[in-house]
Amino acid sequence: MAAPRSLQFDTLSLHAGQRPDPVTGARATPIYFTTSFVFRDADHAAALFNMERGGHVYSRISNPTNAVLEERVAALEGGVGAIATASGQAALHLAIATIAAAGSHIVASRALYGGSHNLLSYTLPRFGIETTFVNPRDLAAWKGAIRPNTKLLFGETLGNPGLDVLDISSVAAIAHAAKLPLLVDATFTTPYLLKPFDHGADLVYHSATKFLGGHGVAIGGVLVDGGTFDWEASGKFPELTEPYAGFHGMDFQEESTVAAFLLRARREGLRDFGACMSPATAFQILQGIETLPLRMHKHVENTRKVIAFLGKEAAVESIAYPELPSHPDHALAKRLLPRGCGAVFGFNLKGDRAAGRRFIEALRIFSHLANVGDAKSLVIHPASTTHFRMSDAALAEAGIGPGTIRLSIGLEDPEDLIEDLARALRAAKG
Amino acid sequence: MELRIANDAAYAYTGGKTLDANLPAVVFIHGGEQDHSVWALQSRYLAHHGYAVLAVDLPGHGKSGGAPLASIEDMAGWIVALLDAAKVNAAALIGHSMGSLVALECAARNPQRVSRIALLGTAFPMRVSPDLLQATKTRESDAHGMINAWSHSGYAHYPSNPGPGFWVIGGNLRLMQRQKPGVLHADFAACDGYKTGFERAAQVKCPALFLLGARDAMTPARAGRDLARAVPNSTVVTLGSAGHNLMGEKPDEVLEALVEFLRAS
Ligand SMILES: Cc1ncc(COP(=O)(O)O)c(C=O)c1O
Repeated sequence: MAAPRSLQFDTLSLHAGQRPDPVTGARATPIYFTTSFVFRDADHAAALFNMERGGHVYSRISNPTNAVLEERVAALEGGVGAIATASGQAALHLAIATIAAAGSHIVASRALYGGSHNLLSYTLPRFGIETTFVNPRDLAAWKGAIRPNTKLLFGETLGNPGLDVLDISSVAAIAHAAKLPLLVDATFTTPYLLKPFDHGADLVYHSATKFLGGHGVAIGGVLVDGGTFDWEASGKFPELTEPYAGFHGMDFQEESTVAAFLLRARREGLRDFGACMSPATAFQILQGIETLPLRMHKHVENTRKVIAFLGKEAAVESIAYPELPSHPDHALAKRLLPRGCGAVFGFNLKGDRAAGRRFIEALRIFSHLANVGDAKSLVIHPASTTHFRMSDAALAEAGIGPGTIRLSIGLEDPEDLIEDLARALRAAKG
Repeated sequence: MELRIANDAAYAYTGGKTLDANLPAVVFIHGGEQDHSVWALQSRYLAHHGYAVLAVDLPGHGKSGGAPLASIEDMAGWIVALLDAAKVNAAALIGHSMGSLVALECAARNPQRVSRIALLGTAFPMRVSPDLLQATKTRESDAHGMINAWSHSGYAHYPSNPGPGFWVIGGNLRLMQRQKPGVLHADFAACDGYKTGFERAAQVKCPALFLLGARDAMTPARAGRDLARAVPNSTVVTLGSAGHNLMGEKPDEVLEALVEFLRAS
């Protein structure tokens, strides 16, 4: 008996969640630009509202174009479903708001994207949700920071700015021993490089703005439920295991053994906070995902070539990329990220802030802006932009030097990128 | 709701309503390595449309306690015990895959307790290839992968289940993975070991609906039709592009076929 094949990653990137439109024959995913959807009759309407039937009612809650994106990302991640959100930040907020409330506590890696750090550190405390930040490499710190009111452990697959590799299976084991789920921001890796659910994560989200969309055209996020976490056995999540007065007294865990989290997130957080994605955005991100395997392969290939070049340059003091033996997570990266460690990394230029500025201004192909994960190569000098108010000492604390440059390597010819960087390195010397 | 059957906790989802045993009753019986949640939409709909609904977790599955039962006959006996525990005199039984054999067996042996049966993704004999049966015992995760690949006919489902944004294929796999170790083999061995399907089929007096997937690779529609021919009062509905996971792939069509069948009494 031959074992049946299930569709592989490259095929799912093109097909999961979508088939030719049965009415029009459209092969591409149509953009369903409609706020609302007609009911067949009064019974159909009531059944949709009461979740006796699946289907679309209003595009804040669900939309056919968004559903294709959601199902596709869930398929690529190996999850049970997903929710498309207005941005990566909205996805993080939706994840937290679904299972945490005033009085809750989160344990998070301190190596986070600045926006996530702001949300946890300054904004959520205003709503009674506190976070303890830990060094993601310090497993004892993760464990030690858990309190009776902790609801969630949270980290990035590749941390900011040093690309700390999250030891997902070890942190997940600590979370699960405490009957808590692990949420992972997988923006920098995408499911092409790493599937966090395979290693024990329970919830995953992406800033789809970055590599999933891949062309720097649309802001969006996707929150994926792995369907692995047993909310009932945990006993810490009445939001999912007891009747919810805000939705027909529904007990989400009873309704769905594997997707209680996602049901509540859609029926509460997406409905009430309203940070939904536009179907036009969903279409653009889907276009990106069609070529995700090709692009990620080339992003990584180009990154390796650029790093090999920089490594030989006298003006470069150090490079933080986990494939390099000098990186503290080199061994872990080899195990977890055999296809590569992404296309965003930082390096330290010898010299002061002015040298960094000269470097940036001499580049002709790299675009100087605040984003990553575009098809085009990008660069930023934190000391003169995002972190310019900080003293050198405060910068060092955040793992950033006066000459730290962050690159996001695009899909151009690698020799052109290398020539551009060589010119800028000469200029940096002054 | 929580019941007790033979000293074990027995769970049945009642569709989001409190069970009213005075209403016509419908019992949903899931297939191997699954639980009540495969029927979420259909069971919830019927509970809100005049039926007393019990979507069970068979022993050892989902939220029910105890060990998985070793035979289809034992499972049919358990369903009668469930009706007793819930104080339901007679019910329509709706079963999928392994659960369809349970419904068949139960209807043949207890004509006074079973008003009609709907069998989805069914076949007799429900033979399991020796390779797969071995895998269910020694390589559960490989077996899950094979079963999941065989259970779906497509990679895009509308309106998806339980709603838009859910990846049906991933949800089905995870539901299997969430069952306890040993359940898969017990279930598949019970299906493989059931020998009296045609005899029981001939004894069924009540109306029977056979709801089959034209692209079912686990229980081919042809084998389902063979079984249907053995039941005196049977109707066959074949859903075009559906695989074995009919409720996941075609939730609306399954619901509509069930509503029509239950109404026709
Ligand atoms: C790792 C990471 N997570 C989350 C975000 C936030 O995503 P968005 O800008 O789509 O809200 C970003 C954006 O830079 C990011 O780099």
